[in-house]
Amino acid sequence: MEIVYVYVKKRSEFGRPCNFSDRSAELHVDLLPDPELAARFVARDPRDVAVQSVRDMSEHEVNTERFESESRGINHTEGGWPKDVNPHEMEQTIRFRKKVEKDENYMNTIMQLGSQMEHSIKQNNAIDIYQEYFEEEEEDEEELTEANEQPAAKTINVFRDPNEVKRTASSLSWHPDGNHKLAVAYSSLEFQRAPKCMNFDSYIWDIENPNRPDLTLKPVSPLVSLEYNPKDSHILLGGSYNGQIAYWDTRKGGQPVEMSTIEHSHRDPVYKVIWLQSKTGTDAFSASTDGQVLWWDIRKMNEPTERLVLDLNKKGNLDNALGAISLEFEPTMPTKFMVGTEQGLVISCNRKAKTPAEKIVCTYSGHHGPIYALQRNPFFPKNFLTVADWTARIWSEDIKESSIMWTKYHMAYLMDGCWSPIRPSVFFTVRMDGTVDAWDFLFKQNDPTLSLKVCDEALCSLQVQDNGQLLACGSQLGTTTLLEVSPGLCTMQRNEKALATAMFERETKREKILESRHREMRLKERSRSEQSKEDDSRDADREESTEDLVARAEKDFYHIIEAEFKKLKEKEEERVGMKTEKTVHWFLFLTCLATSSSGCLFGPRLHFIPKHIAT
Amino acid sequence: MAEVEETLKRIQSQKGVQGIIIINSEGIPIKSTLDNSSTVQYAGLLHQLVMKTRSTVRDLDPQNDLTFLRVRSKKNEIMIAPDKDYFLIVIQNPSE
Repeated sequence: MEIVYVYVKKRSEFGRPCNFSDRSAELHVDLLPDPELAARFVARDPRDVAVQSVRDMSEHEVNTERFESESRGINHTEGGWPKDVNPHEMEQTIRFRKKVEKDENYMNTIMQLGSQMEHSIKQNNAIDIYQEYFEEEEEDEEELTEANEQPAAKTINVFRDPNEVKRTASSLSWHPDGNHKLAVAYSSLEFQRAPKCMNFDSYIWDIENPNRPDLTLKPVSPLVSLEYNPKDSHILLGGSYNGQIAYWDTRKGGQPVEMSTIEHSHRDPVYKVIWLQSKTGTDAFSASTDGQVLWWDIRKMNEPTERLVLDLNKKGNLDNALGAISLEFEPTMPTKFMVGTEQGLVISCNRKAKTPAEKIVCTYSGHHGPIYALQRNPFFPKNFLTVADWTARIWSEDIKESSIMWTKYHMAYLMDGCWSPIRPSVFFTVRMDGTVDAWDFLFKQNDPTLSLKVCDEALCSLQVQDNGQLLACGSQLGTTTLLEVSPGLCTMQRNEKALATAMFERETKREKILESRHREMRLKERSRSEQSKEDDSRDADREESTEDLVARAEKDFYHIIEAEFKKLKEKEEERVGMKTEKTVHWFLFLTCLATSSSGCLFGPRLHFIPKHIAT
Repeated sequence: MAEVEETLKRIQSQKGVQGIIIINSEGIPIKSTLDNSSTVQYAGLLHQLVMKTRSTVRDLDPQNDLTFLRVRSKKNEIMIAPDKDYFLIVIQNPSE
């Protein structure tokens, strides 16, 4: 639709002067709104649009290059002596001093300064101007605020693997006195993935200095586990990837003082070494996935002092042995120790048993995967924590069938865990997705009290410092992060011990009751099967495998389905084509559900079967 | 001469006083009741501190000048009375 207004002027009239005159408005074109066009647009709700006339700003972050600083001492020597006085000559200095003391100016000055000084000294003695008032009230207030405070953790320092090729920080150990140092063992635990140029070194870091390791330990093969000797803080024991054990003395440098001989060592990486409590302070034991637990005296490393094969049949057969991946030893119970296996069993052993067969006391099963961490609660030695597969479980020594408390199944594998040495109800775990969890089961049982994502790669090891406040976790790329937890998680709350005791007792009792009930039920079943054996010999086969049971259930089901089909077909023949296919299937499904819901053990499986019939 | 000695003795006898040092404007210890190595250390370090403090006070207000300096630490208090030519330093353990 074109709107055209034609303005005509004769050529003969061009150039004539303009003669303006007024006239009323004329309507040339009137365009009415076309409702059809309106259909092309959508009416918009009135909106608030904020407009601000400001200069455009953008945020930038700048990080300067790392400034390396070193501490050095300064030597003070005397200076300022005039040229003619030699500071080392006593005579000359004494003479100079005597000369100054005779000076008039000196005397006046000192008198005046002296009186000023006396005044200040007397002031100090009279009243302490920096006295803390209201100290007790401040403490009370602090306690209150602490109790209401949200648990939190803060990263203090990060120690990165200085090498090009990054290795996993597989084990951490805090220095026993003072906790200023952290020993980290680096290795590549992925089978045959370690590149040829990978460095074997492990480092001891000073927590104040994340730029450079304090000491480099140079083993023959990468270290998988590393422990400080709790009695002698200069000695460290390391278990390496090739199965050997070595010990270092930090005073002697980075080379191991002594190594065990290859023939008598483990055949697989030594996943855990622990120092034992002994008079000499030189005993230790180690565990590895080759199925052996070896005892060593570090003074004589050419042969282990004792050997235990983790064969559950008690025959000492290495082929049947379960691989050990974690060890547990509590100095307060020196005769017992526990081993966590790759197969998911925890084996409790007695050290003082006479025969190797008696060494293995009992097993605890319940995990699906290798048990990466195993630790007794420092306040309640009868309860211990295991971390494996996707859960962490707490066990009581007396209940062997199952754990008394367990976390829910996580989305990522749990790699390591430990109790807090200060609070009996707090423990920490690390996961493969790089998260650290702090659990406080007196506060919340279903979820961790605090969950913090530390890094993007998997976290493989965790160790809490003796004061309970600092937490070190090592990742797959060798980055060790130091976290400080909030005071709420590391100060003992009131009645905590009593509450934790009560909780453990309650859970233990619950498991005991469940266990006894299970036993009763089993006995009843057995006696019932004994009776029915006399009646019907076929059904009483208690040893029937699950496949037979499933086959039987399927057969019964098909019978029922076919019977229903026949009935429906008859009904269809009566009614002419009114029923659609859908209703037939719906009917079938309903009847299936009705028949299968009564007393069938394998319900979920059966729901899948109608699909086969329907299609 | 004797009055100086008397003054110093009086100061020394006050409660909590651990040591007295007199240093001149160049940092040379004239008189001290502490052993030589400590004296030298105190003299060197405090001399610089007083210089810095004095210049700070004067930078803030040119009409102003430093009259007394107290350094209170966890273990003791170091009091310095500065003058044009000499400094009198007293280390005291304040009454707790």
